[in-house]
Amino acid sequence: MTSLAMQRRRATAGRVWKQFRNSRSGMIGLAVLLLFVLMALAAPLLADVRELNPVYARAQGNPQWAPPSEFGPMGTDYIRRSVWAQFVWGSRVSLFVGLAATVLTILIGSVIGIISGFVGGRPDAVLMRITEWFLVVPFLPLAIVLASVLGRNVWNIIFVIGITSWPSTARLIRAQVLTVKQRLFVDRARSLGASGRHIVGQHILPNVMGLILANATLAVPISILTETTLAFLGLGDPSAASWGKTLEEAFVNGAMVRNAWWYFVPAGFGILAVVLAFTLIGRTLEEIANPRLSRAR
Amino acid sequence: MLGSLLTLVFVLVFNFFLFRVVQTDPIGSLFRGRNVPQETLDNLRVAFGLDQSLGTQFLLYLRESAQLNFGISYQTRQPVWNEIVAAIPASVALVGVSAILSALIGTIGGIIAAWRRNTWKDHSITSGTMVFYSMPDFWLGMILLVLFAVVLGWFPVGGVSTAGSGESGLALLIDQAYHMFLPALTLTLAYLGEYTLVTRSSLLDVMGEDYLTVARAKGLRDVAVRNRHAVPNALLPVVTLTAINFGFVLSGAIAVEAVFSWPGLGKLTADAIRGPDLPMLQALFLLFSAAVIFFNLIADLTYSWLDPRVEGQ
Repeated sequence: MTSLAMQRRRATAGRVWKQFRNSRSGMIGLAVLLLFVLMALAAPLLADVRELNPVYARAQGNPQWAPPSEFGPMGTDYIRRSVWAQFVWGSRVSLFVGLAATVLTILIGSVIGIISGFVGGRPDAVLMRITEWFLVVPFLPLAIVLASVLGRNVWNIIFVIGITSWPSTARLIRAQVLTVKQRLFVDRARSLGASGRHIVGQHILPNVMGLILANATLAVPISILTETTLAFLGLGDPSAASWGKTLEEAFVNGAMVRNAWWYFVPAGFGILAVVLAFTLIGRTLEEIANPRLSRAR
Repeated sequence: MLGSLLTLVFVLVFNFFLFRVVQTDPIGSLFRGRNVPQETLDNLRVAFGLDQSLGTQFLLYLRESAQLNFGISYQTRQPVWNEIVAAIPASVALVGVSAILSALIGTIGGIIAAWRRNTWKDHSITSGTMVFYSMPDFWLGMILLVLFAVVLGWFPVGGVSTAGSGESGLALLIDQAYHMFLPALTLTLAYLGEYTLVTRSSLLDVMGEDYLTVARAKGLRDVAVRNRHAVPNALLPVVTLTAINFGFVLSGAIAVEAVFSWPGLGKLTADAIRGPDLPMLQALFLLFSAAVIFFNLIADLTYSWLDPRVEGQ
């Protein structure tokens, strides 16, 4: 890449950040997200991982079903484990699955959208037919049958979410590629003898990147909520307890009838905060990438 | 029309592929972990047609699906289709009521937010719906249940009616509505946001149009401009969204039905996952898909009927 292009991109990033800083809701979302990312990274400092082990919890003499007033910041559960430890360590799994599934979603969606839009013709028709099918088929039942057949581990969950949620991204990217393809600089590059790969890499990609990023930010909430629902329905990885898994265990073991609110309120609140943060950031980025939106809104 | 049929065929092929090719040994998983003589397993494989070639199996599967014969549930040992038919009314009642309520309230909220853009009304409606939109629906259900059923005791903790009360007619209906209140409230709050946001942005798009200026220039009052000129034009995407969401009626409430032990298709799904009861999951997935495909077709037809401009495209 030439230094001129580098400079230009750095300038663009600076401009986006400047606009982003002016958006109050975007900055609130960013602050909340940073808080949770810090918590996930600093998990070993905040809570002992052994607290997740019921044998250790019993040996420590933890009380059972203890409310926050009697134990730690968030009380204990039905097998004496600290809810705070589950909250802290669960944030890692929820954030990781949410982000990894989004990367997969965006990857599949972008590749299919770019091929479809750039190549056109028969491949486009076939790919769009498949995309339409995935759009029409109900998303959650599809994820459920896939996860039931494939088995319960983190990578399968990531795969299931990625494979079920890429179609809207593919359609969006395709539309954008189609408009970029019409621009003069693509014709110029082609008449200078540029290969398809060069045109996509140097001209198409940089012009759809903003859209891809905004779309990715808005896809994370869907990934996280899907993971939560799958885990709640018993399809989560038993060895990697996400926030959704905590909610499932609380529900199955009767936390609600006991009014053990401290067991299921924190995990749900964590999901709400992270999802809201990503939504606020994504909407701000979308407005920056597509100024027509902010004028209308 | 043809497209919808084709999509349905895709679902059938996919379903077959998933449950017969990826999941290669349904008989083995039926008796997972139990000691069953090899001979019995082989006989069962023959009985289910699993010794045939994949092509023959596929034809067999198509015929049985057309006859609504989806096999026997692993869990209840009853025909899968009978269980599903028994669960349909509860689901349609619960999610139907919530879908209508959320569409109505959500649309009104969106209209107010757009018309009073950037006022405190707009801000509180938009941020309120975003919060409900961002939480897992079943978690909202858990909180409402603990608050209103466990702590305050105003509502029952679950089920569709009071067991053994022997009520009938109107009394039974009232009892059922009473049981439905909390799950319906949960789903309504969870679905609201989508309608509010779509209505709001659609109305904002319309609000810059010249014909509204003309309507104002004619001396129409603000309310008349809004209700007669702006809203009807902005409502098109909302109508489509409503029709599409009705397709999701059947599959939309899986986790919420589980929380409230509401005996509908969602609870059936949640129970089938625990098995996993593969024949049940397979049939439910087919039914959910068919419902969505059907209502998408309805959405397309309504749209071109409401907006003749679409016809030309």
